[in-house]
Amino acid sequence: MELRPILSAMRRNKFGALLIATQMAVTLAFLANAITLVEQRAAWSSRPSGIDEKDIFIVTTESVDHQSDSAARDAADVAALRGLSGVVDAFTTNMYPMQGGGWIDTVTLTPDQKTPTAVTANYMGDEHALNTMNLKLIAGRNYSAAEIETKRPPHDPPYSGLIVSKALAEKIFPNENALGKGIIFDSDKPAPIIGIVERLQGPMTAATGLFAPYEEYSVLVPYHLIGETNNYMVRVQPGQLDAVMKAAESKLYALDENRILRSKSMRQVRADAYRGDHGLIVLLTCICVALLIVTAFGIIGLTSYWVAQRRQQIGIRRALGATRQAIVRYFQTENFMIAAAGAAIGIGFAIALNLWMVRSFEMVRMDNSRAIVGAVIILVLGQFAVLWPALRAASIPPALATRGG
Amino acid sequence: MAGAEGRIHSAGIGDAGRLSPRHRQMFRYYFRLGLRSLRRNLVLTVLMVAAIGVGIGACMTALTVFRAMSGDPIPQKSSQIYTPQIDNWSPERPPGDSPDHLNALLSYIDVMALMQEHGAKHQAAMFATLLSVRPDDPQQKPFKANVRTTYTAFFPMFDVPFKYGRPWTAADDKSRSAVVVLTREMNDRLFGGQNSVGKIVRLDSEPYTVTGVLDDWQVLPRFYDLQVQPFGRNDDIFMPFTRAIEKQMKVLGSIQCNGDGGTAFEGLLRSECIWLQFWAELPTAADADKYRAFLNNYAAEQQRLGRFHWPARTQLRNVTEWLRYRHVVPNEVRILILVSFGFLLVCLMNAMGLMLAKIMGRAGDIGVRRALGASRAAIFAQCLIETGVVGLAGGILGLGLTALGLLAARSLLTKNYVALAHLDLTDTAIAVLLAVGATIVAGLYPTWRAAHVQPAWQLKAQ
Repeated sequence: MELRPILSAMRRNKFGALLIATQMAVTLAFLANAITLVEQRAAWSSRPSGIDEKDIFIVTTESVDHQSDSAARDAADVAALRGLSGVVDAFTTNMYPMQGGGWIDTVTLTPDQKTPTAVTANYMGDEHALNTMNLKLIAGRNYSAAEIETKRPPHDPPYSGLIVSKALAEKIFPNENALGKGIIFDSDKPAPIIGIVERLQGPMTAATGLFAPYEEYSVLVPYHLIGETNNYMVRVQPGQLDAVMKAAESKLYALDENRILRSKSMRQVRADAYRGDHGLIVLLTCICVALLIVTAFGIIGLTSYWVAQRRQQIGIRRALGATRQAIVRYFQTENFMIAAAGAAIGIGFAIALNLWMVRSFEMVRMDNSRAIVGAVIILVLGQFAVLWPALRAASIPPALATRGG
Repeated sequence: MAGAEGRIHSAGIGDAGRLSPRHRQMFRYYFRLGLRSLRRNLVLTVLMVAAIGVGIGACMTALTVFRAMSGDPIPQKSSQIYTPQIDNWSPERPPGDSPDHLNALLSYIDVMALMQEHGAKHQAAMFATLLSVRPDDPQQKPFKANVRTTYTAFFPMFDVPFKYGRPWTAADDKSRSAVVVLTREMNDRLFGGQNSVGKIVRLDSEPYTVTGVLDDWQVLPRFYDLQVQPFGRNDDIFMPFTRAIEKQMKVLGSIQCNGDGGTAFEGLLRSECIWLQFWAELPTAADADKYRAFLNNYAAEQQRLGRFHWPARTQLRNVTEWLRYRHVVPNEVRILILVSFGFLLVCLMNAMGLMLAKIMGRAGDIGVRRALGASRAAIFAQCLIETGVVGLAGGILGLGLTALGLLAARSLLTKNYVALAHLDLTDTAIAVLLAVGATIVAGLYPTWRAAHVQPAWQLKAQ
C-alpha cells in the first residue's frame, strides 16, 4: 500500500487527524480503566458467600419492652422455627454475610503480640450453624451440643475450640495444617482450631477500604448469643423460601406479639449489599458504550468531510485506473495510521490515568493487558467507522475528474 | 450590505443588550444566517448537538450528585464548629482508615474530660442509639427510632429550629432526666402534628416527657456523626446523653477497641475503646487556638499521668475540614465524575472535528462573502453565533438527559447517595453555561480557520 500519498494528505489535514487521534487516545484511556473497574466490582460482588443463599433467610426480632426473658423467648422462637414444615434447620446468630456491618475481631498467636496476625469476622452459632448455612466442612469436625456456651453480654464464657474459614487458616498458618493449632481470639487464652470450612464470607461489603482485604477471614465461635435483638438464620427446602418466610413471621408473632420483626431473604441481602457496585458497573458500561459511539461518529463525520474535500482527486485516481477497493483501502489505511498513533498515546494515557486514580481514589491497579484490549477495540472501531465514508468515496464516478470544478 | 458589515467590525458585536437598533438587526441577521447554515447540513448539526448533549448530560448527572453530596451542611457555622481528635491508641497503631493514625471517634474518658473543661461557647458529646417506640394508638405497630443522645448545647450550637417548646435544660443533663426532643416527622407520626410538649413518649417501655419539637431540620451529610448512612436516615428523637449512659443504651455505630474493653458497658466506659463524637463551638480563630492549646495540654498531662506513653498528638478540625478529612463523598462518585468529564472532553473534541468539517465545507460561501466585503471579524462573529446556537441546543438536550441520568442514578446507586440530588436553578445554569462555553471554546479553532479563508483562492477554486 502506498503510504506517501496518505501521509501528504494527512499533512494537509493535520488538525483533523490530530483531533481524531487524541479523541481515540482519551477514549482508550478511560475505556481501559473502566474495564478494570468493572471487572473488579463484578468479581467482588459475585463472590460466593459460602452459605446456601438461595434457600436462606434471616429473621430479626426484638422485644418492644425488653421485659420478657430473652433466653426463654429465644429458645421458644428457635424451636418453633425448626419445627415449621419446609424448614431444614435454624440457629441464632450474631450476624450474617453481606450484612454491611458486624462483629470484627483480631487473631493473635501470643498474648503480648502487638500487631494482630489477622483481622476476621466473628460469627457466633451453635451446633446447628454449619447445617443451617450449609457450609462445607473440609477438615476437622462440627461442634457438639455440649460445647456450646451461652453468651449473654457482658458475660464472656471460655470456649473449647474454634471453626475457621479455609482462607483464615491459610493466612495464619501458611503451608501448615492449621487443624489442632491454637489461636487467641476475642479472649486471653489460646483455643485450638477444631474445624475448617471451605468458605465463609464476612459481613462487610465495601469493595475498597479498611475491611476489604479481610473479607474471606471468618471464625465461628461456639456461642449461643442471648441479647435484646436476635437474628435467626433459617434454611428451607429448595423452592419454599417465600412460603416459609411468611409462615415463620406469623408463627413468631403468634408466640409473642409484643415484638418488632423483620425478615429478609439472603438474595435480597446480596442485592442490597452490592447495589452500589452494580450501579457503578451499569453506569460505567453505559458511559463507555456512549464514548465508543461518539468516537465512531466523530470519525465518520471527519472522514466524510475529507471524502467530500477530495472528491475530485478521488475521481482522478479512479479515472487513472484505481479500483474501488483501492479507494476503500486508502481510507482504511489512513484511519489505521491515525488510530495506531492514537492507541500508542492512549496506552500511555491509560497507565498514567490509572496511576493517578490509584493514588487518589483507591482505584485498583490496571493490568497492562487491559490497555492492549482497549487499543484493539479502538483500532477495530476505527475500521468500522471509516467503512461507510470509504464506501461512499469508492462510489465516486471516475467521470467526475473529467468534468472538473 | 457590505458597508453595514464593515461598521459592525468597527463597533464589535459586544454585548447584544447594548447594540444600537441597526446592530441588533445585524445580530439577528447573523443569527438567521447561522440557523440556515445549521439547517443546510442537518446531519452534521444533529451529530454535534447530540455529542454535546450526551457529554453535558453525563457530566451534569455526576456533578449534580457530587454537588448534593459535598454541600455545606451548616453554611452559617461550618467554620466555627470543631471536633477534636486525641491520640489515645499510640502513634504506632495501624492506620486503619485514617492516614494520620488518629482516631475519628473518642473514648468516654476523654469525652468526659472535655465536657468538664467548658472550654467552648457550646459543647456536646453524643452517640446514636436505636430504641423501640410504642405509639399510644393501638392501631400502630411498635417501631424502631434513631435516637441521638447528647447535651442540651447541641441545639443552640447547630442552630436547630424549634416548632414547639424548647431543648431540655442543663439541669436535665445533670440529673439524667427522662426527657426528649422530637423531630417534626416523629411528632407528626406520634401526635399527628399537635403540640406535644409535656406529653409522654414510650421508648423501650420507659416514659419520656417531650420538652420540644423541632421544625424542619436536615443536615446533609450528617456531619456530626458520619458513621451510619450519613446521607440517609435522620435522627428521629433526641435525649440527654447522661440518661443514655445511665441506661446503658446500645451504641448504633462502631465501637473500636485496642485490646482492652470487652462487652460490658461499665468496662466500655473505663476503656480506651472509641465510640463517641464531641463537637464544640469556637466562634473566633483565637478561641480555636486556645482550644488547641488546651487539647495539647490535656494530652501531655495524660502522658505525665502515665495513661499515654507517647507525646501529645491532637487535632482540631472544623466542619468543612472534617468532611474533607473523612472523605464523605464516596470514591465511586469521584470516579464517575472523572469519567464523565473525560467523556465530555471526547464529546467536545468530536464536536470540534465536526464543526471544522462543516465550516471548511463552506469555505466557498465564506470566500464569496469575504470577496463582497465582509470583514474577518464579521465572519468570525457569524461562526461564533452558529457555534453558540449549537452549544445552546446541546445544553438543552443535556439538561433533559441529566434529568434522565439522575433518575437512573437514583435507582442504580444506593438510595442514600442520590436521593438528595435534584436539578435546581444553579445546576440548570451550570449546564447551559458549560455547554455554550465549552462549545464556543471548542469552536474557536474552526472559527478562526473560517475567518482566515482566502477569498481569492476560494473564488478561483469555484
